[in-house]
Amino acid sequence: MAVAERQHDLASQAATKPAWTAVLHDWVTTADHKKIGIMYILMGTVFLVIAGAQALFMRWQLVYARHDFVSPDVFNQLFTMHGTTMVFFVGMPMIIGMANYVVPLQVGARDMAFPRLNALGFWLTLFGGLLVYFSYATGGAPALGWFAYAPLTTKTFARSAATDFWALGLIVSGFGTLTAGINFVATIVAMRAPGMTFRKIPFYPWTILWTSVQILIAIPPLTAALIMVMFDRQLDAHFFDPQNNGSVVLWQHLFWFFGHPEVYILILPIFGIVSEVIPVFSRKVLFGYEFMAAATMAIAFISLGVWAHHMFVIGMSRTLDMYFAAASLLVSIPTGIKFFNWLATMYGGRISMASPMLFCMGFLAMFLIGGLTGIMLALAPFDFQLSDSYFVVGHFHWVLIGGTLFGLFAGFYYWYPKATGRMLSERLAKWQFWLLLIGFFLTFGPMHISGMLGMPRRIFTYEADRGWELWNQISTIGAFIQAPSYVIFVWNLLWSLRHGKPAGDDPWDAFTLEWATTSPPPAYNFDSLPVVHSRRPLWDAKHPDDPDWQYE
Amino acid sequence: MGGLVLLANSAAQAEQTSIFEPASPPAESIRTLAILVFVITLFIFFVVEGVLFYSIWRFRRSKQNAGDPTTEPAQVYGSKPIEVAWTAAPALIVFVLVLASTRTLWEVKPNAPAPSAGDNALYVTAIGHQWWWEFHYTSYNGEPLDFITANELHVPAGEDGTPRPVYLTLRSADVIHSFWVPRLAGKLDLIPGVDNLLWFQTNEPGLYLGQCAEYCGTQHAGMLLRVVVESPADFETWLANERQPAVDDPAVAQGKAAFLSETCINCHRVRGTPADGTYAPDLTHLMSRETLASGLVPNDRENLRKWIRNPHDIKEGCLMPAFGLSPEKLDLIVDYLATLK
Repeated sequence: MAVAERQHDLASQAATKPAWTAVLHDWVTTADHKKIGIMYILMGTVFLVIAGAQALFMRWQLVYARHDFVSPDVFNQLFTMHGTTMVFFVGMPMIIGMANYVVPLQVGARDMAFPRLNALGFWLTLFGGLLVYFSYATGGAPALGWFAYAPLTTKTFARSAATDFWALGLIVSGFGTLTAGINFVATIVAMRAPGMTFRKIPFYPWTILWTSVQILIAIPPLTAALIMVMFDRQLDAHFFDPQNNGSVVLWQHLFWFFGHPEVYILILPIFGIVSEVIPVFSRKVLFGYEFMAAATMAIAFISLGVWAHHMFVIGMSRTLDMYFAAASLLVSIPTGIKFFNWLATMYGGRISMASPMLFCMGFLAMFLIGGLTGIMLALAPFDFQLSDSYFVVGHFHWVLIGGTLFGLFAGFYYWYPKATGRMLSERLAKWQFWLLLIGFFLTFGPMHISGMLGMPRRIFTYEADRGWELWNQISTIGAFIQAPSYVIFVWNLLWSLRHGKPAGDDPWDAFTLEWATTSPPPAYNFDSLPVVHSRRPLWDAKHPDDPDWQYE
Repeated sequence: MGGLVLLANSAAQAEQTSIFEPASPPAESIRTLAILVFVITLFIFFVVEGVLFYSIWRFRRSKQNAGDPTTEPAQVYGSKPIEVAWTAAPALIVFVLVLASTRTLWEVKPNAPAPSAGDNALYVTAIGHQWWWEFHYTSYNGEPLDFITANELHVPAGEDGTPRPVYLTLRSADVIHSFWVPRLAGKLDLIPGVDNLLWFQTNEPGLYLGQCAEYCGTQHAGMLLRVVVESPADFETWLANERQPAVDDPAVAQGKAAFLSETCINCHRVRGTPADGTYAPDLTHLMSRETLASGLVPNDRENLRKWIRNPHDIKEGCLMPAFGLSPEKLDLIVDYLATLK
């Protein structure tokens, strides 16, 4: 279809505005990867607001020693739902949603390999989330902690049906995540544009491929373990019941065999986003693509064999402690390679600090710190002191906010113009960035200190004589500085939809295929399937005198 | 200025649970390892952040606008020698850290010795309950012991040349708990169906604080832990008292009868009386403990009465119910319990 004809279509559509029921019907029944991607992100945003509010309640409860703002049970429910929501219904949907939108465009495909399966995956994820929140209808959410250590999940200790809703919801959304993993693998392996060999895949789809492999390996053990919980609760099985020869440690092994790859599922795609943004805003090719690609695979494989570093304090043998410490430390080698390559990409470039790059720099500066505290936690004996303390809470929020969230924001600012045809406001972006950065530092920095001063995690209150109050108060102030940054972000998303600067097809002068089509792209993505000769097809088109394929 | 005072104040308080104030070999070994890894990571931090901020500043676009803004910088695709170099450097650091943590691991997790005569060692089985600690003393200096106390662990201090190690066998009666007294040792979980072994040894008498470190339900935060380290003489005095059955003071015979007639005895034990429940703290020498409710309030008459009247006023959600006793009966029972020195 010619461009003029398409614009005419758009104009006539605008003239006869469809009824809201028609729009709703269109979105609910869609199998278009772009609309599904946007729905995943909207879902993530709604749950982000809910889980963020839960965090503020917790921070207010901890502002004074022996503060009486919420009851112990309510506090325990808050941290359970906060963790569960942030991991399964904010982090995962946002990551999968962004990849859903971008990956088919970047590999030059018309849609995902299985569009209807894609829609099923989204709706399963959403209904899984709703099921988990149905637990409130039983009189209160489960109070288990997000990793729900047995035997707290047995009927003896969790008598209401809240735990059943929680487990069912995670089983359902787990199937949703699995379908997404299958779909990404099929799309990236089989749907690439002509000429895009395996060695010429842009870096973001490459990380999504290995993320998906991890999803396929990690999610089934979780689903199996949750079904065992349901068997114990509903059919009087004894998998996790120590009084009938069940094993509570078995749950920990199954959960963390999922849980450790899970944290890489939440960070590998971010490595992909950063590896797209840094070259474009430094005006350089990604330094050491092959080593970066190999490092991604190395992380995906090594991270399958490190799960018991979450379990150093269960009293394993020294040999196992040593193995899991060494294996966990190994992950830092490929991660280091990535860091150095990003820095080398920037070195000698022409760096623009536009909003996507600003968040990428926030990511580099902060994720490094999270990685270094991760090294401390990997040393088994040091972990005997740090495990289950506030140091751990500080560490993983540093990785998930400083890493995953900053990276996701870089992706939002980078691809929003493609998805909407409008630029996000740079001024609001700067406000959001600095409020988030300062608030984040104040919230999670002091947690490392209170943890080293002996404060365990998941306590609804603490004693005044322990010297933890000051650090908790700084954390609480930080949380209330962070909160408006999220409001600014959501406001920016909404405001720019109508009032943002028109973006054009390629506002960032970028390198990959998604910028070769219109903003927003038509339902079928490309008028004709592009032919690719290198990892940067648009660079080749813009520099016919000096194309990339000469060097790859 | 006020902030500084507050900071100094909180630093002074923090010493009692800081992992950087070790008073026992396992905690000291871990601190040594911690300092090593802090030095290494701080070095990496300054190098990488330095290169990052230098690159942002040196190669920022506004600085280069003097030239033609449309020209692209030189495209560098990579370099094998450089990649090999920055793979080898972190690998070397990892190797050093694995060696260091292995050595520390063997220091803090020794093989469990068996009690023998004259070993100066104390053996206690610690059992985690929702939400309190049970301590079953089994052996000291090779001499078998068999009494139970709760929430406050008394141990002897060692002296130069005569260490008095403490070996704790950790078990759980319900869910997973974790024993953590940061100045004495790293934490170790109490797991139903599993026996874990923790040890420490200190030459400094004093009170060491800690608390349960693995989320264990409603009152996880109220599961505080006190370790009282005493001179060997004081410890042996305490031991001699604990080994005796409960004091039987005829002056409170009425109170004792009231106690024994109520459901208290289903859960609590008072050695030397028909009360032999095992679900709740042993009360044989209740008044030898400084605190009630697993360390939440001082153990005085007023708190004891408040606790028995309604435990949930002090520890919301705890497993002991309020029995609705009449004020007279309450006083009688408190009178009796107050004699259990």
